[in-house]
Amino acid sequence: MTAALSIRNLQKTYDNGFQALKGISFEVQPGDFFALLGPNGAGKSTTIGIICSLVRKTGGSVSIFGIDIDKDFPAAKQMLGVVPQEFNFSQFEKVYDIVCTQGGFYGMPRSLAEERTEKYLKQLGLWDKRSTQARMLSGGMKRRLMIARALIHEPKLLILDEPTAGVDIELRRSMWTFLQEINSQGTTIILTTHYLEEAESLCRNIAIIDKGEIVENTSIKSLLKTLNRETFILDTREALDECPKLQGFEGRLIDDHSLEVTVEKGQSLTEVFTALGEQDVTITSMRNRANRLEELFVSLLAEEKQEETK
Amino acid sequence: MNSNAIWTSFSTILRREVRRFTRIWPQTLVPPVITMSLYFVIFGSLIGSRIGEMGGFSYMEFVVPGLIMMAVITNSYANVASSFYSAKFQRNVEELLVSPTPNWVIMAGYVLGGVSRGLIVGFVVTLIALFFTALSVEHLAITIAIVFLTAVLFSLAGFINAIYANSFDDISIIPTFILTPLTYLGGVFYSIGLLSPFWQGLSKLNPVLYMVNAFRYGVLGVSDINVVWAFVGVLGFIALLFAWGMHLMTHGKRLRH
Repeated sequence: MTAALSIRNLQKTYDNGFQALKGISFEVQPGDFFALLGPNGAGKSTTIGIICSLVRKTGGSVSIFGIDIDKDFPAAKQMLGVVPQEFNFSQFEKVYDIVCTQGGFYGMPRSLAEERTEKYLKQLGLWDKRSTQARMLSGGMKRRLMIARALIHEPKLLILDEPTAGVDIELRRSMWTFLQEINSQGTTIILTTHYLEEAESLCRNIAIIDKGEIVENTSIKSLLKTLNRETFILDTREALDECPKLQGFEGRLIDDHSLEVTVEKGQSLTEVFTALGEQDVTITSMRNRANRLEELFVSLLAEEKQEETK
Repeated sequence: MNSNAIWTSFSTILRREVRRFTRIWPQTLVPPVITMSLYFVIFGSLIGSRIGEMGGFSYMEFVVPGLIMMAVITNSYANVASSFYSAKFQRNVEELLVSPTPNWVIMAGYVLGGVSRGLIVGFVVTLIALFFTALSVEHLAITIAIVFLTAVLFSLAGFINAIYANSFDDISIIPTFILTPLTYLGGVFYSIGLLSPFWQGLSKLNPVLYMVNAFRYGVLGVSDINVVWAFVGVLGFIALLFAWGMHLMTHGKRLRH
C-alpha cells in the first residue's frame, strides 16, 4: 500500500548553520492518526514546513500518497491540508471569506467552495460568526477557523501543528471528537501536540523527534508496553501523619490526604491496596501522577541526553 | 492544476485584492483623488493661468495627462507593496504558498489587483479633471495601452519591493526616495523642451518621462520623446521585473526558508 506520507533521510540546515533535521525517515499509513512529538525546537515544525513547501529541504525526499514533492508538488499539495501553529490568516477578513477564498486557491469552483465553507463552518461551530472579522474571534475560534480552512479542499492528509494549544478543555475535547470523525471517514491525520494525553487518546502510531533525529517510531500500544514504572496518586479518607509502610513499593506522603506510590513493571496494585487496608487506610480515589505517554516521553528524552553525555 | 483551476485561483486572488482596497476605500481611493484635485486647483487653475501655454496647449490641458499618470503610478505601486507586505506580515501569504497555485499566478493576481486600483483611481481623477478642462483623446489605443502597461510595470515593482521588505518602513522608502522624484522630474509638470541640453539628456534617462509623454501623446497628440521607445522600454522593464519576481518567488529565501 502506498504510504500517505513517506519521509526519507530528510535534512535541513538553515543559513546560520543550524542543523534542524539530521536525516529523519518515517512513514504514515493511509487512514492513520499519527502523532509527531518532540520538545520545543526538536524539528517538528521544520518537518511540517518542508512537507507543505514553506521550508526548503537541504536533502532527502518527501512523498505524499506516492507523489514526490520534487516531481509534482502541486499534485501533492492537492492532497494535503495544513493547520499551522501560529495564526496565519488576514485579521481583517471575514471568517466566511477566509475559508471560501482558500477553496479558490485550490481551483475549486465558487459554488463548491461556498457549499463546503458552509459545511465546515457549521461543523466547527463558526457559522454564526461567518460575517465577523477574524481578529474579533476568540483563540479557540481562530484555531477552528484554521481547521475549516485546511479542510475546504477535503485533503486526504491533514497535518495539525498543535491545534489545541491554548484551547480550553471543553473545546479541546469537542475538537478531538471532530478530528476522530474525519479520521474515521478516511482522512489521514498527523498531529503534533504538547498535550501527551491528547496524543495517547487520539493517535495509533507515533514518532518522537529530538534534536533533528527520530528517537522512537512505533505504535502507541507498543510504546506503552515498554513503560517500566507508573506513579499513582492515592487520595485517602483518613488524615495521615506519615506514609504507611508499603513493602517493596516506593511511596511518599504528598499531603495529609494524598499518597504517591510508584509501581514497577511486574508489581501489582492489589498488594498496595492490601497493605493499606491492613493499616486501616481507606482509598477514596486514584489517578496517574502523569499521563503514561508523558512518563515515557520524558524517560526517552532523558535516555537520549544520557547517551549524549557518555 | 488545469487551466480552469488556474483561472479560478487567479480570479480568487484578484477578487480578494479588489475587495481589500474597496473595503478600505477611505485609505486607498479617496486620498489620491483629493491630492490630484488640489494639483488641478493649484497648478492647473491658479498658477497655470499665469504660466500660459505649454507644448501648444493651456497649462491645465498639458498637466492633466501627467497628473493622471502620476496617480496611476503611485496607486498601482502602493497597492501591491502594501497588500503583499501585509500578507507577509500577517503570514496569510502562506495560504497561497501552501496551495497548488503556481507562483506566476500568485504574482499575476497581485499585479492585476494593483492595476485595478491604479486604473480606478486614474479614471476618477480623469472625471475630476473634466471639471477643470475639456479632454479629448487623440489616440485611444495608445492611451489605453500605455496606462495599462505602466500600471502593470509599477505593480510589479511594488510586488518586488514587498518581497524584500522587512518592515512597513521598507515599503515607503522606494516611493518616497525614488518614485516621487522620478515622477516629479518625469515631465508631469513641464516639457523637457524648457530644459538645457544637459538636463534634457539627463531627463531622458528617467523611465517615467517616457510613460508620461506616451500617455500625453495618446491624449493630446504631443510628446517630448519618441512614443515607440516608451513602449519598448515599458515592455522591457515589465519582462525584467517579471523575471526578477519569479526568481524571488521560486528561489528566494524571503518567502520560504
